[in-house]
This record gives sequence, structure tokens and C-alpha cells, in this order.
Amino acid sequence: MSAWAKHQILETNAILLMIGALIVISIGGIVEIVPLFYLKNTIETVDGVRPYTPLELAGRNIYVREGCYNCHSQMVRPLRDEVERYGHYSLAAESMYDRPFQWGSKRTGPDLARVGGKYSDTWHLDHLNDPRSVIPASIMPSYRWLAETELDITYLDEDLMVQKALGVPYTDEMIENAKRDAVIQGTLDPVEADDLLARYPNANIRDFTGTVTASGRLTEADALIAYLQSLGTAIDFNLYDDNANIR
Amino acid sequence: MPDTYRAVAEFAQSWGLLYFFAVFVVVVLLVMRPSRKQRYDRAARLPLNED
Amino acid sequence: MANPTGVRKSFTHGEIGLAIALSVLALFSLIVAGKAHSSAYSFHAILFAAVSAYFVYKIIDRFHSRPAELPALEIDGKPNYNYGPIKFATIAALFWGIAGFTVGLYAALELAFPLLNFDLPWISFGRIRPLHTSAVIFAFGGNVLVATSFYVVQRTCRARMVGDLAPWFVVIGYNFFIVIAGTGYLLGITQSKEYAEPEWYSDLWLTIVWVVYLIVFMGTILRRKEPHIYVANWFFLGFILTIAVLHLGNNAAIPVSVFSSKSYIVWAGVQDAMVQWWYGHNAVGFFLTAGFLGIMYYFIPKRADRPVYSYRLSIIHFWSLIFLYIWAGPHHLHYTALPDWAQTLGMTFSVMLWMPSWGGMINGIMTLSGAWDKLRTDPVIRMMVVSVAFYGMSTFEGPLMSVKVVNSLSHYTDWTIGHVHSGALGWVAYISFGAIYCLVPWLWNRKGLYSLKLVEWHFWLSSLGIVLYITSMWVAGILQGLMWRAYNSLGFLEYSFVETVEAMHPFYLIRALGGLLFLTGAVLMVYNIWKTIASPEASAVPEARPAMVPAE
Repeated sequence: MSAWAKHQILETNAILLMIGALIVISIGGIVEIVPLFYLKNTIETVDGVRPYTPLELAGRNIYVREGCYNCHSQMVRPLRDEVERYGHYSLAAESMYDRPFQWGSKRTGPDLARVGGKYSDTWHLDHLNDPRSVIPASIMPSYRWLAETELDITYLDEDLMVQKALGVPYTDEMIENAKRDAVIQGTLDPVEADDLLARYPNANIRDFTGTVTASGRLTEADALIAYLQSLGTAIDFNLYDDNANIR
Repeated sequence: MPDTYRAVAEFAQSWGLLYFFAVFVVVVLLVMRPSRKQRYDRAARLPLNED
Repeated sequence: MANPTGVRKSFTHGEIGLAIALSVLALFSLIVAGKAHSSAYSFHAILFAAVSAYFVYKIIDRFHSRPAELPALEIDGKPNYNYGPIKFATIAALFWGIAGFTVGLYAALELAFPLLNFDLPWISFGRIRPLHTSAVIFAFGGNVLVATSFYVVQRTCRARMVGDLAPWFVVIGYNFFIVIAGTGYLLGITQSKEYAEPEWYSDLWLTIVWVVYLIVFMGTILRRKEPHIYVANWFFLGFILTIAVLHLGNNAAIPVSVFSSKSYIVWAGVQDAMVQWWYGHNAVGFFLTAGFLGIMYYFIPKRADRPVYSYRLSIIHFWSLIFLYIWAGPHHLHYTALPDWAQTLGMTFSVMLWMPSWGGMINGIMTLSGAWDKLRTDPVIRMMVVSVAFYGMSTFEGPLMSVKVVNSLSHYTDWTIGHVHSGALGWVAYISFGAIYCLVPWLWNRKGLYSLKLVEWHFWLSSLGIVLYITSMWVAGILQGLMWRAYNSLGFLEYSFVETVEAMHPFYLIRALGGLLFLTGAVLMVYNIWKTIASPEASAVPEARPAMVPAE
């Protein structure tokens, strides 16, 4: 009986140690994470941010697959040199549909948060195929296989469905048309472009690599360039009031 | 909404701070009290007393 | 448990349960392999099926060759320690260490000479950098932690590890997770969340392995003969528990389909950033710090043959460290779109974290007080003490870099890389090397290491390597940060981005040289360990282990 009682106390001590440690490590995380979901000023209220088009999303998934975050950030800090080099500092609202976020932690290459519209599609294609053909001192790997690999859009609607389940405002119409929208955006069909633009305002619609119209097939480079060209272009900063969202 | 933020922040910076500091002091006192010495000396020798 | 001798041999519940579970997994994996959305995922499903099927066979095979009774908990009143899984994890740590250092060296060379990417997807920098980080942190470091925690918990509890198959499941399952994760990166299967790159199915697998790890560890503590739980076990327990919580929180994702390797994380944007660095910084705090502090609190006293400097300090060290570390994550997000209040909290707690860190460092180093001569005579203890010194250095540098003004310069530059490596090479790897050098003769029952001279060489080569690495990265990082923000006399930015890239070249070369030296040292270690294990016991060179002398 006494041995049993003694044993039980020892057991509870180890369990107590475990519970104590669990409580102690929970406090910091709860205090820092939970309010981000409740304080409304965490994400600014702005016009212009919309979910990615199916083609942009496919391109983003290639960006994720290749591990671009290892060298490129997507987060302009409100520091004088960064704002002059890259553009307006990044807002939380601009990455509100990013799963996962790709803010990055290292700039072996430049920040890409506002790279959209800065270079031509041709430049991007050349740069992906052979970075040193456009920037001789670049140390970026060549991504030749992107322009050679056909983009797999078989399951694109499923991607949108999961995102919708997670709260991204994709409509049933968008999901239904996902694969078609990807093709339309990458080939420029003037008849259907209006449909796409109605679903995704301000989307860039064109043959990004200049090869799709002839070959009839989208490549991974098309998707990636469509994504890159959309980065940081959602908000019109001529109209945005910096003081509206002071936190 | 800014009021919620301010209320929480003020509470954290006064009572919250005081509470965590008090817990820290209590832990230090508990660990440091002399009656524990023998127990801890024994525990510290645990790795060395093996067969 | 206490079967009378001569009892009929029968399958244990564990054997039946695991065999059935693995059979189901094998069948399920085959179905997934057939309908997988991509060939890379199909390959992984086939791996799952093949490995599960193989271990079903192994369980049955083992049953036929094992005695009817399970190994005794005690033999002649002494605990019958279970060393098999520990030996496995130790060898695995050596293997992954060499692999991880080599990949790191190659990645470093790719930055100096981009031609080395060879236009091949699977060795492009973006895919092998996560391979390097995962290989050194989770594969090398993880196996060291599993090995040492299983050793320490048994020895300080005077009890045989809980479970018959469970410890084997932990070590083999964990290494299988590493294979899946690593090959996944090369094939382009990644979440692209730093230090949490493995996709949903690898994460699920790791969750199962980790829960079993916790059960084995806790079960062994509950079985202990000693009334007190030695402090090293507190740190190991803190590490296992917290990593479980962090892993679940940061990898909460919904797969596109069970037939797809792709998943989407439930958090988005700014919240995902906060969750990621809550995870990321505490992977440092609990995987790379708390766990390895557990190693420090056992192996340094054991090797020096003296109790830890202050047991009281170790308890305060434990509670304050685990409380403060969790808050530090937002310092990775200074000046970003994360709200300021969170950044300020992260900075404040990071600075406070300096105190418990140095408390622990002092405790580790001062354990040698009265026996400082051992630093001269025993290269193994020197390695461990230098590792604690590096711990002190990087835990001073860390709080410094978490101050917002410093961070505005250091963030996004190679200074961060240098900081990480002073912790990873100096602290984590050195304490691991020290522990492995201690552990191998103990596990394989050798009188000592094959050659202490080789340990000396390992120590000096890798020390030189670390110095080259971190100094070059300091200079590179600060130079880069200053160049980005430099203005010319007309008020324009002085340098284009690519000019700052060019300026890094010489430092990338020095860094690669440092990495090469570090790798060379590790190869010497593997040779030394191999010779130690291969030498028959009698011919082992006796190690300089002076008898205990009371301190004056």
C-alpha cells in the first residue's frame, strides 16, 4: 500500500512536470498569435486585393516548388532605401490570400514583392532560361525546364476548392471555370477575356512566353511569369492613404 | 477596436508584468531555499553515481 | 510482463498491432501510388508501401528468432539498458551529418559559382538549400537528440527503456521521415515554409513517430528507480513536448486530395508569417537549444566526472528559458506587415532571453571549475566546453540582432546566415560531436576512442572552419546591408542590387573554404568512430581518464 502511494506520487510528479512545461510554453504563443485573428487592424482595409487567378495560382505553386523564398523576399520594409529601390512598403492586406506566405528571410536576390510590371515578359523568359544573359553578374540558377515543361492544369479546380474551404472568396463559377480561365489568360482570346476580367479584375491576359499561341500548350514558365507580373500590382498607391491604417 | 487594443495593452504592461515578475521571484525563492540543498546535491550527482 | 520461464512463445500486442498497421499502410500506399496526381508522389507512395511491407516481414522474422520472453528489465539487480536503437540513431547521425555538411558545402559553392547548378531541377539552389538545413538540423541533430535522450533517460532513471518495438519504431520511423522529406525537396515536393518544408503526409508520419517518442520517453521516466528526475530529462521533455505543439500548429494544412502531395496551409499572409516564425524560432529554441542543453547537462558532468556547477541554476535556467523562448519569434518579422505590438513583444523577450541563456552557459562551463586541466588533456571535453562558449556567443549575438535598429541592417543579409552557423556549427555540432565521442565507447563497450589525436585534428580543423565561416559572413552581411542603404552625393541609391551580389563573391569563397574544413574534420570523426567500433575491445587504446581528484 505504501509502495503504491509512493509510486503514484512519483508518477504524478512527472506528469505534473509535463503539464507545467506545457502551460509555460503556451503563454507566449497564445498572446502573440490569437489577437492577430481578432484585432481588425491587423489587416488593412484596402481596395484592389483579389484572389489569384488560376494561372497565377499555378505559377505561385511553381514559385513554392522551386523554393524561390530561399533567395527572394516578398516584403518591402518601410525604410527609405527599400521604398526607393522596390516601391511602396508592403501591406498585410497584399498577402491576405497567400498560403503559404512567402515573405522570405534572405535577399541573395532582390525583393520581389513589387516586381509585377517592372520588366517585360520577354525579359522574364530570358532571365528564367539564362539569368546571365540579361544580368551578367547574376548568381541565380537557370530554370530552363520551366519553359520546356507543359503546365499541368488537370487538378487546378481542386486547388481552388481547397482554398475556398479555407476562406478564400473563390465562387463556384470560378472553380467551374478554373482550367478554362488558365488557358484563356495565357493565350489572349479576346472574346472570353471579358469573362475572365469580370471574375478577376485587372488580370494580365496575354501569351506570356509568346509560344502558347503557336504551340497551343501552356508551359510552367507561362504560369510563373503570370504570377510574377501580378506581384504587388493589386493596390493603386496613388489613391492609397498611408494614414488610414496606422497601427 | 483601438480601445480593445489599448485596454489589453495597458493591462499587459501593468498587471501582466507584475504577475510574471512575482511568479519569477517565487520560483527563485522556492529553488533557493536552504532546505532544498541536500536534495539538489543528491540530484546533481545522479549522472555520476551510475554503475 | 513477468512470464514464468518456459512459457509458450506468442506474439506481443505490439507485434500484432504494428504488423497490422503497417500492412494496412502498405495496401493504402499502393492504392495511392496507382492514382497519384504526380509521379514524384507516386514514388513516395511506393516507398511507403515497400518499407511498410518490409517491416511487416521483419517483425515476423524477428519473432521467429527471438526468445519466448521479452528482455528482462533487470539482470542481477542492475537495469538491463536497451542500447540497440541508440546505436542505430548514433550511426544514422554520423551518416546524415556527413551528408548534410556535404550538401551545405555544395550549396555554398553554387552561390560562388552558379554554373554548378548545371541547369538541373533537383540540384538547383532553391531545392538543395532546404535539403541542407533539414539534413543538418533534423537528420543529424535529430538523430543525436534521439540517441542521447534515450541514453540519458535510461541511465539517470536506472530503468530500461519502455517498449519492445516502440523505440525501434521511433528511430527507424524518424529516419524514414527524413528520407521522404529530403527526396521530396529534390523532386519539388515542399511547403516552402522555412524549416518546415515537408508536405502534409510526411508531417502526419512524423506526428505519429513523435507521439511514440514522447510515450517511450515519458514511460521510461515513470518507470524510474530514482525519486528525482534529473534536469537533463527536463530539457529533453521540454524539447519533445514543444516540438510536438509547434509541428502541429505550423503544419496545419489541408491536402488538395489524398492523391496529391500538394496542400494548402490553413493560415494565410500575416497570420501565417507569425505562426511560421513562432515555429521557426522555437525550432531553434527547443530543437537546437533545449534538447542540446539536455546533452550538456549530462555529458559535460559525466565526462568531467564532477556534478553540474549549480543544480539550482539549472532549474531556474529551464523554466525561464522555456517561458521566454516562445515569445521571441516576431524578431524575424521586424518592420514587416506584422503589427508593431507583436514586433515589440518579440524584441523585448529576445533581449531578456540573453539572461537565462548566459545562466546556462555559465553553469555548463563552470562545471569544469577545479578541473580546468582537462581542457588541455582531453580534446573531447574541450570540444564540449568550446561548444558552450559558442552557445554563449550566439545567444549574445541573437538578442543584439533582435533589436529593431540592428535588425534593419542585418535582416535579409548573410549576417543572419553567419549567426545561425555560429550556433549550428559552434554550439549544436560541437556538443553533438562531444556527445558522440563519449557515447560510442560506452555503447559498444570499448575502453576508449581509437585515437584522441584524431579528435585533436577534428577539433582544430573544424574550429578554423567555423572561424572562417562566421567572420566571412559577418563582413559579407554588414557590407551588404550598408551597400543596400548607401546614397551618393546626389541623393540617389549608390549601388544597384547586382553590385551588392558581386561584392559577396570573395566572402562566399571563404565561407566555402570554412565549410570544407568543417566537413574534413567530420570525416576524421567518422573514421575515428568506425575504427573504435571495429577494434576488438582488448586492443582499444586506453583513454586518458585520470582518476577523480578532490578539488583543492
